Amino acid sequence: MTTLTFPIPRPTHPTGIWNWLTTIDHKKIGVLYGVTAFILFLSGGVEALLMRIQLSGPGREIISAEIFNQLFTMHGTTMIFLAIMPLSAAFFNYVIPLQIGARDVAFPRLNAFSYWTFLAGAIILKISWFTGGATNAGWFGYAPLTSVQQNPGTGIDSWIISLQVLGIASLAASFNFLVTIINMRAPGMSFMRLPLFTWMTFITNILIVLAFPVITVALIELYFDRSFAMNFFNVAKGGDPVLWQHLFWVFGHPEVYILILPAMGIVSEIISTFSKKPLFGYPAMVLAGAIIAFMGWMVWSHHMFTVGLGPIPITVFTITTMAIAVPTGIKVFNWMGTMWNGSIDFKTPMLFALGFVAMFTIGGISGVMHSMASSDAQQQDTYFIVAHIHYVLFGGAIFAILAGIYYWFPKITGRMYNEALGKITFWLTFIAFNITFFPQHFLGMDGMPRRIYTYDPSMGWNLWNGVSTLGSIMLAIAMLMVVHNLARSWRKGEPASGDPWDGRTLEWSIASPPPEYNFVEIPTVYDRDDWWARKRREVRRAVPVGGGSGDDEAHDIHLPQPSYWPFVVACGLLIGGFGLVYPVGVYAISIIGTLIGMIGVYAWSLEPVNEPEDGESSAH
Amino acid sequence: MAQATVHGEHEPTTTGLNHRKMLMWAFLGSDCMFFGTLIATYLVYKNRSIAGPMPEDVFSIPVTTVSTFVLLMSSMSMVLAYAALTRNSMKTFRIWLASTAILGMTFVGFQVFEFTVFANHEVVVKCADVGVVELTSVERKVAEKCGTADEHDGKVEETVGLTPRTNLFGSTFFTLTGFHGAHVSLGIVWLLSLFFLSFKKGGVTPEKNLDVDLAALYWHFVDIVWIVIFTVVYLFGVFPGF
Amino acid sequence: MLTSTMSLKRLIGIALLGTMIALLLGCTPSHPQSTFDTRGLVAANQANIFYIIFWAGLVVFIAVEGALLYMVFKFRRKEDQGDPVQTHGNTRMEIIWTIAPVIVLIVAAVPTIQGVFYAANSQNSPNYPADGNALEVDVIGHQWWFEFRYPNPNNPAEQIVVANEMYIPVGEPVNFRLDSVDVIHSFWVPKLAGKVDMIPNNDNTMWFEAYAPGEFFGQCAEFCGVSHANMRFKVIAVPRPEFDSWLQHQAGEALEPSEALAVEGKNLFRSAGCSGCHADSSIIKIRADGSRIPGRTGPNITHIATRLNHLGIYRNADAPFEDSSGVRQLYVDAAGVPIHANGQPFVSAALLQQNLKTWITDPEALKPGNLMTRDGAPYIDPENALSERDIDALVAYLLTLK
Repeated sequence: MTTLTFPIPRPTHPTGIWNWLTTIDHKKIGVLYGVTAFILFLSGGVEALLMRIQLSGPGREIISAEIFNQLFTMHGTTMIFLAIMPLSAAFFNYVIPLQIGARDVAFPRLNAFSYWTFLAGAIILKISWFTGGATNAGWFGYAPLTSVQQNPGTGIDSWIISLQVLGIASLAASFNFLVTIINMRAPGMSFMRLPLFTWMTFITNILIVLAFPVITVALIELYFDRSFAMNFFNVAKGGDPVLWQHLFWVFGHPEVYILILPAMGIVSEIISTFSKKPLFGYPAMVLAGAIIAFMGWMVWSHHMFTVGLGPIPITVFTITTMAIAVPTGIKVFNWMGTMWNGSIDFKTPMLFALGFVAMFTIGGISGVMHSMASSDAQQQDTYFIVAHIHYVLFGGAIFAILAGIYYWFPKITGRMYNEALGKITFWLTFIAFNITFFPQHFLGMDGMPRRIYTYDPSMGWNLWNGVSTLGSIMLAIAMLMVVHNLARSWRKGEPASGDPWDGRTLEWSIASPPPEYNFVEIPTVYDRDDWWARKRREVRRAVPVGGGSGDDEAHDIHLPQPSYWPFVVACGLLIGGFGLVYPVGVYAISIIGTLIGMIGVYAWSLEPVNEPEDGESSAH
Repeated sequence: MAQATVHGEHEPTTTGLNHRKMLMWAFLGSDCMFFGTLIATYLVYKNRSIAGPMPEDVFSIPVTTVSTFVLLMSSMSMVLAYAALTRNSMKTFRIWLASTAILGMTFVGFQVFEFTVFANHEVVVKCADVGVVELTSVERKVAEKCGTADEHDGKVEETVGLTPRTNLFGSTFFTLTGFHGAHVSLGIVWLLSLFFLSFKKGGVTPEKNLDVDLAALYWHFVDIVWIVIFTVVYLFGVFPGF
Repeated sequence: MLTSTMSLKRLIGIALLGTMIALLLGCTPSHPQSTFDTRGLVAANQANIFYIIFWAGLVVFIAVEGALLYMVFKFRRKEDQGDPVQTHGNTRMEIIWTIAPVIVLIVAAVPTIQGVFYAANSQNSPNYPADGNALEVDVIGHQWWFEFRYPNPNNPAEQIVVANEMYIPVGEPVNFRLDSVDVIHSFWVPKLAGKVDMIPNNDNTMWFEAYAPGEFFGQCAEFCGVSHANMRFKVIAVPRPEFDSWLQHQAGEALEPSEALAVEGKNLFRSAGCSGCHADSSIIKIRADGSRIPGRTGPNITHIATRLNHLGIYRNADAPFEDSSGVRQLYVDAAGVPIHANGQPFVSAALLQQNLKTWITDPEALKPGNLMTRDGAPYIDPENALSERDIDALVAYLLTLK
């Protein structure tokens, strides 16, 4: 294999910022994903806090109507696409290869590309705050409110292009993880021995692969309408705004499961580990996840019960939606079955996981309430729904993600977080969360619509809005405590062993933090909870500790080398995307971006995975 | 530690299938949803345009049949190119690969031609035929000028162009076929890249036939999508009853 | 460990207590848009369906959270505890907790489906008129106000246009045809019925029936742009005879002003460009094919001085529809004008004047983003800006439109 000559030398052992820009190590990329997404999560939280302050009492004039609309649109888009999804992706990146006993993902450079493209999408969206106003038509962007007549600025365009770029990132990552999970499992790790988190990741990525093209097409159509005066959603030419809703929710409902299935996977790992018991009803758990994902495609119109579909479609979608409660219930009951007769250790991750089960149950029950179209007719577009989605996405997904952060923190950093502070943080989060969102059920049933920037003092909504705002401030403090704990422990925490929790899956069989090559020797798997079984089988073998053995052999392991090109291609996408949002000249900036991207793609595809002599620059 | 390398052409995988091939299949699955959504949009808006031209006004089935045939032939030459590569006859491989690209370009050329014709669609109505011959809505609209058109040999003609802005049909049709054309064009770039790479030593070799295999997979997929489009959009568009 | 156990128990106790108090307080039903305090057949049906799933949900909630709490205390790790028994599952239990939810859901699904079909057709009302002529009102959404069109009882080829405030007869089903001129809105009167969206190019319908007289709050429920929060309206349900006289009155011509200032206002209404968007005749024709004529951009002002609320939000009257003991205060007299139980005009001229003046002086303050300040000549062209006197004149004119 000859090296094709390129004027730019390949990064061999970069340091500092170049190390991060060119890394293709799944663990570093996982950290990049996690840190970036957590910062974006906090930015979405600030947006929420501003809204809560405006709504703390009736008739407040702290934030204008227009800014308020931008805030809730950005809050929703940020939390879904820039916080929960990439936080899940952070775990996919870091944990999946470790759990299946692989040295990296199947396409390490594609993985780096996914991260940088995600960052490009985030930049395009967030920068719109400073370039003429952010998007303001809701995260669902219902036509015709997004038409160029209604919304002439660049806010909607930045939303469209950002989602497209994020879609590319998500798709690239999903292809990668599908192949990784199918093709890079350690010997003996059959599908029915996969850890549940890996299983849920697998299902999630199938959903992403099939659901994102739908939103891509919808956004293309919207962009064509806006930029080239086409007619997809143009009412004057016979376009139907309901088509947008169908396309959006055909994507949007699987998206809900894209957000929650990884969380369920994380919680399954944690409950099992801290109860010292294998997951109860593992085959049922896998099957329930698959059924949820499959049925997720048959329920999208429950977001459209008030659209006037007619009683028969509404009945059908009511039944399919209610049916999804069954596999969800199986999951909850199996988690409890896992804890039954267990030996439960209430470490911070376990507390958050239990918080997840408790809160997700509430979200599930309120979900059944509006799966029933008659009752939904009153609840649709009210604060009842706001309460519901926050119970499933905050009490659900975010609690699970926080659980996962604490759970894998020792593995990632090689240090322990502060347990006492972690527990206090959990309780503050749990209480503040309920103070913030439980009263919103009352507000919704009391007729308070969503997405209103002000309300009248006579409506009877004052008290619960005030309470909710109070809770949101407490919640913000709790999140700062999380940041404080993690940031401080990362530098000064107690050193962690390779297996601080008496773990069950393969990631705990190696040192913390794992060496670059993960496994000195690819393990052979004999059991579902292989590491647990191995520990019990073998006579109390010493658990590897930080910087464990195997360094001597590391020289023999060929790892793929860093590369500039994923970063370059993502830069091309960023520049090209900007050109589409702000079309100066005849899309001149886009053309420049496309050229950069194409150069990157060519250089990437001609670049061998490894330079011949282990990168000792024989080629140049 | 030979098996320690994560990458390489023949690395062992859990399933024995190659990573890149599996990635390609996943991508094609995703692309199915992409075209599926575009086709769904087209079908939802079928017959819902407020004003013409409609499919039956502009489509010329014979012309599109030829271009469809060209694209199908390109799939065949792609198969022959891949077969030649695995037999290690590089010359034959290059010939068939180049023909695939040329056939692809011919198809795109047809599409450009077709789009231009649609945009400058001319409607000619013989006034004598009005009332006798069943006219499409656009022709009827043009025929309304017959009363004042005796000076034109009893014939009226007018350009009623179909552009993406004209009506729902225009928007959905051009977007669907345009994205298919873009897929074909991307495929051509890919094939040409392989073609030029094959002159470089070690650029394309029988051992690395997977590089060509992936391009072929993509190319066949794009062909199959066209067969669906040709059936659903063109044939169902002009023959009544669908 | 011990302290953490204590705090856990105490916190859970506090949380449970708090939840109970919150549930009790939260369901106080007297608020204007409460979905529990229903006055309409459809809303009552929907509330009943909610109660079914609420109680079922509460049982599930207590069972699941209770079991969770039990396990949290029962299976807490003890010192020197070895590995627990590694059970992998229990088929019988798993079948039970798969079947049990199915049964609950089937029980909940039956009334839901009945409710869906009930809300879909006004003939389900026991009071559906034998002749099949239920009142049919067109509701048209605009950014950010509601237009209502009634069939003109005097001329079937015409409709009567009112804005932001609609009257309906008590004890009769009313059919609504929902449409929008711009973006998607949603028609929602929580005490009378759940919402249905108003979508351009879609002919949606709904019905509701108030079984008691009253003034009901309505609000747009689908996000529709800058002033979505201010897109509100009122539904006033009165007995049929009163409704008839109200409708007759709304069908009538606008009164001619006589007072000098009001006459000046009327002239200004035309010369300043107001009349370009606001019609001062409530009658609008129906096209020969039965379709609706678009009508003007802004709300109809023909009888603006009879409205109990300005913009469907701000009160023009100092009395409520019924007083705190439930005694009705508002009646419609034979002339079709709302009057107080004591015979005085219900709309307070002073409040109306104040509301109108506030509005015309700075519409942006009450309804940010509204089309009047965006497109109206007096607001975009400083040369045509309204003086203090102009505003007084316009208000004086509008006050005469009873």
